[in-house]
Amino acid sequence: MKKFLKNNAVQSLIASLLCIILGLLIGYIVLLFINPDGAWDAILMVLKNFLKSSLAKTRTKLLGATLVRTAPLLMCGLSVLFAYKVGLFNIGAAGQYVAGVCASLYAALAWGWGWLPCILFAVVAGAALGAIVGFLKSYCNVNEVISGIMLNWIALYTTNMILMSQKQQASHYTLKLKGNADQAILPTLGLDKLLKNERASIAIPLAIILAIIVYVVLFRTRFGYELRATGNNRNAAKYAGMAEKRNIILTLVIAGGLAGIGGAMLYLTDIEQWSVTQTSVPGMGFNGIAATFLGGLNPIGTIFSSFFIQHITDGGAFVDTTYYCSQISDLISSIIIYLCGFVLFLKTAINRGIARSEEREALREKALAAQAAQTAKPENVSANEKGGEK
Amino acid sequence: MESPYAIEMLHITKKFPGIIANDDITLQLKKGEIHALLGENGAGKSTLMSVLFGLYQAEEGIIKKDGVEVKINDPNDANDLGIGMVHQHFKLVECFSVLDNIILGVEPTKNGFLQKKEAREKVLALSEKYGLQVDPDAIIEDITVGMQQRTEILKMLYRDNEILIFDEPTAVLTPQEIDELMQIMRNLAAEGKSILFISHKLAEIMAVADRCTVLRKGKYIGTVETKNTTMEQLSAMMVGRNVNFHVDKQPSHPGEVILDVEHMTVASKVHKKDAVKDVSFKVRAGEIVCIAGIDGNGQTELVYGLSGLEPLKSGKLTFKGQDITKASIRKRSTSGMSHIPEDRHKHGLVLDYPLEYNLILQRYFEREFTSAAGFLKRKPIREYANRLIEEYDVRSGQGAITPARSMSGGNQQKAIIAREIDKNPDLLLAVQPTRGLDVGAIESVHKQLVAQRDAGKAVLLVSLELDEVMDVPDRILVMYEGEIVGELDPKKTTQEELGLYMAGAKRDEVKA
Repeated sequence: MKKFLKNNAVQSLIASLLCIILGLLIGYIVLLFINPDGAWDAILMVLKNFLKSSLAKTRTKLLGATLVRTAPLLMCGLSVLFAYKVGLFNIGAAGQYVAGVCASLYAALAWGWGWLPCILFAVVAGAALGAIVGFLKSYCNVNEVISGIMLNWIALYTTNMILMSQKQQASHYTLKLKGNADQAILPTLGLDKLLKNERASIAIPLAIILAIIVYVVLFRTRFGYELRATGNNRNAAKYAGMAEKRNIILTLVIAGGLAGIGGAMLYLTDIEQWSVTQTSVPGMGFNGIAATFLGGLNPIGTIFSSFFIQHITDGGAFVDTTYYCSQISDLISSIIIYLCGFVLFLKTAINRGIARSEEREALREKALAAQAAQTAKPENVSANEKGGEK
Repeated sequence: MESPYAIEMLHITKKFPGIIANDDITLQLKKGEIHALLGENGAGKSTLMSVLFGLYQAEEGIIKKDGVEVKINDPNDANDLGIGMVHQHFKLVECFSVLDNIILGVEPTKNGFLQKKEAREKVLALSEKYGLQVDPDAIIEDITVGMQQRTEILKMLYRDNEILIFDEPTAVLTPQEIDELMQIMRNLAAEGKSILFISHKLAEIMAVADRCTVLRKGKYIGTVETKNTTMEQLSAMMVGRNVNFHVDKQPSHPGEVILDVEHMTVASKVHKKDAVKDVSFKVRAGEIVCIAGIDGNGQTELVYGLSGLEPLKSGKLTFKGQDITKASIRKRSTSGMSHIPEDRHKHGLVLDYPLEYNLILQRYFEREFTSAAGFLKRKPIREYANRLIEEYDVRSGQGAITPARSMSGGNQQKAIIAREIDKNPDLLLAVQPTRGLDVGAIESVHKQLVAQRDAGKAVLLVSLELDEVMDVPDRILVMYEGEIVGELDPKKTTQEELGLYMAGAKRDEVKA
């Protein structure tokens, strides 16, 4: 049992599950305060999401809707994770995601590009933003969190400005792809039929494949070996002759590219349009941070955590608004997401607990042994004392 | 009847998961005596002191002060009992004056305002009484290490501590400063203070201590009167066998010049002065050259400049006939330079990587370990690691996959040495390769250095340990304040002469 608990993967899983339970509990308490009548139903609704429906067809459709948004979230999670393994906190993923949205939508609507070039252009845009952070970090020693946050805002307003030319006449939303740029809508590969949801596209399997690629690159290649060494001990990496500056820039370029794909994956499904008057950075990039940590800092774990986070976010939308105001869904899911960040903390706590119980056990054994020794041969003790005197 | 002991630690046992750090240890400190606590690294000295200071709670055993049992739950309790400690690494505020540091934490105040005048009087009186010369208004970062240590001692005396603990106080001092410290300790003892002197330097213990308690691997070995014992006896108690203090080696046969350093200057990271000033020397194949000196005289920066970790400000480096002044770290490494770094945690290891990944740290990019497509070859890596573990006797819990973090310091060092020597270098930069190792491990490292030399390699050893400086190399270069102030032949010089050079009291013009 102890050995089982000491396993890193098991610990991550347990810590993640504890976080989720804790988040649900606190969310429930908040609901109780606001209105005790609907609290239990509301929390169940958050957890059920697509399962709430009694119709199999609706269930599949709702599951599909969750999966459509899971793909970009996973990409943002991978972006944060990739940088984190190299010791960098890529909070700029949010801005890189926006850059991806901007590039893909503009290329689709203004230039009439197909979906694949649009995605690649989104990668370039996200990577470019990541490169700026990387250069500042390597050559000017600017903290990547600071420059990342500031670039988030620059990316947001630049995007608003650029996409202004592609907006609908009567509203502040960009044009729909359908009818204006059909060639840019992501192919569905039959997933739309399978999930009974027209938005389900190639993005879903692509995101999962990319997660596996990230895993392989990080843990199986020379490049990943260098990156993780740099992340764990920059000095040792330098001592071993690794090009740490180049690696930092390359890492943020890749992380930016991953987040950029995320932007394209959502908007090229035509599920929503960009509002050019928006004044806040979309939460997708920030939720990616939570997904990474909840996923135990593992690319494969992040696949599942991304799904879970999207699951409760969508579930929150179904909470009964006769009891609660409409913001409650975001509040509950954000409480849970917030607590997801505590995974590492809980992991340490688990480890400490194991160490303490081991110590206690060792003590008990020693006490028993001492007792046995004392009863067996008392002369041993006096011999020891003599040793102390000489 | 009054107890003759100032402090007694009786049958102390303290365990950590997996090891017994202190196993039934008894230490009795008489009033007014200097009592040495001797043991190798890892013998349990630090743990015992942590128990005395209440940082750890012992599972068994009791502590008595003046014959009365006391409970020490945290360092404040220890302070209240009059126990004070001079740490190996001083706990001083660098930009404060000596006086400010002494009163720190016990500042005399009136209505919230500092009353430095009376504090100054008390400090001056104490320094007079015990012969501790300090300038109360000097700023810590400007004064010598010896004076910083005296400040630490005054800190204890200012708090009226009766029991003074010195944790390896001589490690940072010059031989002359060590003599002064010994005299101060004798003065303190003569005034009735009880002194516990933690050390693993036998000569110092014999010179200053009245009695000596020896620990080995967490166990109590015994307490002896120093006047009734010999260094050999003490050392045998410490390591459990007689140790060969001298390194057996044949005369060297230096060959061609491997490393030629000309007018090398390296800027300092911490202050505006240059850390290495216009240094020139050569290292030949088949010889061990030792850079000796007190810590902080430019040795670290010299090595950084040689290995490429820091750029040179000026000067030229020639390695095997090639100009490497501007070469990258990787270039220097692949062209035959190995580097056992000073700080194994900072530079030498990626602590969260398994041992096998650390063993390929300098060679992971070679075709042997990485495929053409950039994938790591896991099987060859494992086999290579297993061979090194076997050959260099690197011990760890789970073999090749043990996280480096969970290995003991000695085995971490062995892993680094294995990695660097197995690269088959032409030049081995060994910076304090025996730091933190026990006597047995030190012996084996020294043997390996000599073996490298005998195999025709050039070895540049940087060491702070006088014994090592005298025994291992074929030539000694002494560094003082960034310059090479003397070249000595270890067979012809004495520790005293070496000390004079190290302390800057003597210097020659050294030609490259």
